[in-house]
Amino acid sequence: MTINILAFGIAKEILGGAVAGVNVAEGVAVEDLKGKLEQQFPRLRELKSFMIAVNGAYAKPGQMISSNDEVAIIPPVSGG
Amino acid sequence: MLEIKIFSEPLNIQSCIDWVMTDESGGIDVFIGTVRNATKGKKVVRLEFEAYETMAVNEMRRIAEDIVTKWPVHKILIHHRTGLLKVGEVPVVIAVSAAHRNAAFDACRYAIDTIKQTVPIWKKEVFEDGEEWVTPNP
Repeated sequence: MTINILAFGIAKEILGGAVAGVNVAEGVAVEDLKGKLEQQFPRLRELKSFMIAVNGAYAKPGQMISSNDEVAIIPPVSGG
Repeated sequence: MLEIKIFSEPLNIQSCIDWVMTDESGGIDVFIGTVRNATKGKKVVRLEFEAYETMAVNEMRRIAEDIVTKWPVHKILIHHRTGLLKVGEVPVVIAVSAAHRNAAFDACRYAIDTIKQTVPIWKKEVFEDGEEWVTPNP
């Protein structure tokens, strides 16, 4: 399946836009998606860290993702 | 009672204070973030704030709900900006009312500290000779 990943901040520059498509197996785990993203966009490894959010909440590493989830890359935050 | 909002227009500090005021409150603590004119000796021209708005509101609400379980406060308001902000403009206002000042101070401090750690909002510093997404200190 293809997941459309939302990207913000520096991740938007690394992915080349606010949304990027990534091909993964149905039911992929968050940690595997992170690995896939790092392969496809190696500059993500230069970040101190990044998190994945699923449906507007921080996801746990083992959490499964399905095709209708809203998935986002959360690079280190700097609000306030 | 909580009010958590993200705005693309300037924040109204007085209306934030008015919103948290209650007859039961003995004090209001307010944190006002402001855009500083320099970072590490480099002159800052402006900041650009970007938010994952739905999640940012969720996370700020979670922080406020957490505060209510930790301290005896009356009302909590968090307003955060997005968009372009010049030096001296206000990216964030946090206001907390409580019967006694310690709870208001502690809750407000906890709110801004936690916002900086967990809420999906990002700022880019624009200098005279370039720009850079801010990465928090380790």
